[in-house]
Amino acid sequence: MIFPTVGVNTLTDYKGHSLLPERDAEQRPVLEIQGLGIDFGGLTAVNDFTITLGPTEISGLIGPNGAGKTTVFNLLTKVYQPTRGTFYLDGKDTAGMNTVQVNQAGIARTFQNIRLFDKMTVEENVKIGLHRDIHYSLGGALFHTPFYRKAEKRAHERALELLDIFDMADFAYAQAGSLPYGAQRRLEILRALATDPKVLLLDEPAAGMNPSETSDLMEAITKIRDTFKICILLIEHDMNLVMGICEGIAVLNFGQIIAKGTPQEIQSNPQVIEAYLGRKKEA
Amino acid sequence: MNTLMKMTKSNMNQYKRSALWSYGITIAGFVIVSIMVSAGLISNSLQGQLVPICAYISLAVSLNLVVGISGELSLGHAGFMAIGAFSGVIAATLFQSLPFLWVKLVIAILVGGLFAGVAGVIIGVPVLRLRGDYLAIVTLAFGEIIRNVLNVIYVGLDEKGLQVSTSMDGIHLSEQGSMILNGPMGATGVTKLSTFFAGFLLVMFTLFVVLNLINSKHGRAIMAMRDNRIAAESVGLSATNFKMTAFVTGAILAGMAGALFALNYSTVAPVKFNFNTSIFILVFVVLGGIGNITGSIISAAVLTILPEALRQFSDYRMLTYAIVLIIVMLATNNPQLKALTAAASKQFKAKFSRTRVYKRPQKADEEMGGTK
Ligand SMILES: Nc1ncnc2c1ncn2[C@@H]1O[C@H](COP(=O)(O)OP(=O)(O)OP(=O)(O)O)[C@@H](O)[C@H]1O
Ligand SMILES: [Mg+2]
Repeated sequence: MIFPTVGVNTLTDYKGHSLLPERDAEQRPVLEIQGLGIDFGGLTAVNDFTITLGPTEISGLIGPNGAGKTTVFNLLTKVYQPTRGTFYLDGKDTAGMNTVQVNQAGIARTFQNIRLFDKMTVEENVKIGLHRDIHYSLGGALFHTPFYRKAEKRAHERALELLDIFDMADFAYAQAGSLPYGAQRRLEILRALATDPKVLLLDEPAAGMNPSETSDLMEAITKIRDTFKICILLIEHDMNLVMGICEGIAVLNFGQIIAKGTPQEIQSNPQVIEAYLGRKKEA
Repeated sequence: MNTLMKMTKSNMNQYKRSALWSYGITIAGFVIVSIMVSAGLISNSLQGQLVPICAYISLAVSLNLVVGISGELSLGHAGFMAIGAFSGVIAATLFQSLPFLWVKLVIAILVGGLFAGVAGVIIGVPVLRLRGDYLAIVTLAFGEIIRNVLNVIYVGLDEKGLQVSTSMDGIHLSEQGSMILNGPMGATGVTKLSTFFAGFLLVMFTLFVVLNLINSKHGRAIMAMRDNRIAAESVGLSATNFKMTAFVTGAILAGMAGALFALNYSTVAPVKFNFNTSIFILVFVVLGGIGNITGSIISAAVLTILPEALRQFSDYRMLTYAIVLIIVMLATNNPQLKALTAAASKQFKAKFSRTRVYKRPQKADEEMGGTK
């Protein structure tokens, strides 16, 4: 298969659909989503979803309940195969890839309804994310060879380093399922991060967190972007978080993008206020 | 919140701790029984059970790898045991001129494991694409197919070499030749090679392989796949590879145990490896606790001895056996009893270990209600 490389054409295209035309304009986009859509039976859950994300931007995807936000993430991670459209990761067409391949290509995610390996320890959850970075054969595993020892020791240290991002190294050996809700969400972010992604998708990372946890999380997300130099796309209903850290925002309503732009533009967009922000205040 | 979340670090990982228990119990059991045997404290009929007990422990531990660790209900474990048994017997006969008994036994066990492993790959490819009940039914079918195929296999050996056929008429042996496998009659005239010590070593080997596998990146991937397939795939792990690793390793170990088992008798018929045997092994795993390796060791040993110990009830033996099983199952699933043992083990842990079990605070549960 010939992968389309990002040439002049795509770059202009990128400027046209980008959430942030100025920022990263010189760099090639890491994620180009083109006309992505999916139907469930008669229901069009997502339609003509087109955005482009730069390699180190933090972007937000917002919209009312049932707008199709999580479905977009499921499309980007190939939990669902799209009915229409495709997306390019680092210039590579992802058509035909499955969930595993898309992660290996560089997209990692968290889940709205947390999906940790509950019965395993916190450290092991992170180590599972590190799996492809731990190198020893099945023989090494069965006989615990020196290779095994060395690689496991490195993985252990790397896991603790990652846990340090959220000050969680102290309960590396706690059962993941026994953690408080907020800590479970943070652990899921670390597990995704462990796979060394280019794009990190966070589905409602602040859900269930109290205001102080949320503000810590905002700081951490920015820190993660700065340290790992990755693109972060997040779904969130907490407007303080979204407006506080997202550089670009796309608004989804009934599966359709109704607005794209900077937080200021979004906040003053009458369509968005009508469909989402206004209604939110009444509630 | 942060102060609530503090917890003491454990200095040994949970797998190492449970591995020590498994090895410890096996070694202690072997030493105690050996002493009792030499002191003449164990009846002849029970002594005859020592090798089968070792074989059943290996079978239970290897099935636990498939059912407990990998999370796939396999109902055909006796099929792999059968392949290991008969290929092991053939290998032992082929190499009967070798000098040492234990060399022949080791070769037979390795050959048994190899053939069962090959069968594991062949069966695993289609079966592991299935889920849940379907997988269980298909493994059951494969187990029965293996037994039925063995029912029509005739193998003879003379100075010209091995002869294999699906009927007695297909085999033409010379004067010095002899039959190894006789279809439904199975293997006859087997030289007894297995010893209690060999059985003990096989159990130790099985534990070594299974426990090491669990405590490795492969084992973590296998358990991740079991606990949450979508999450595991989202971090780049593909399901069939790891399920296959567990399934084939389980098959190899079952084959080795089968060879040990068969070489303990002078005759072994395919009917010994029917669906009942698969279910018996599964009962060991379930009673010992799914995913609990130490539990599998204890329950396989106890439940193999039990029918022997219940001999005095003669006619009511199997009835008593069934009643004991039901009582144990009810007891282990009784919430009050569970709470009681949990409380006891918590106290024990608080006193003797530095590990703490983290309890989710009430508040976190309330927060959870706020979102969907
Ligand atoms: N597998 C599916 N089969 C049928 N319909 C689906 C499926 N997945 C999602 N939908 C529908 O697609 C629409 C979008 O759902 P989605 O979960 O993406 O919304 P959302 O924007 O994430 O909402 P929320 O903010 O509540 O999480 C909903 O109407 C939902 O019922
Ligand atoms: Mg959602």
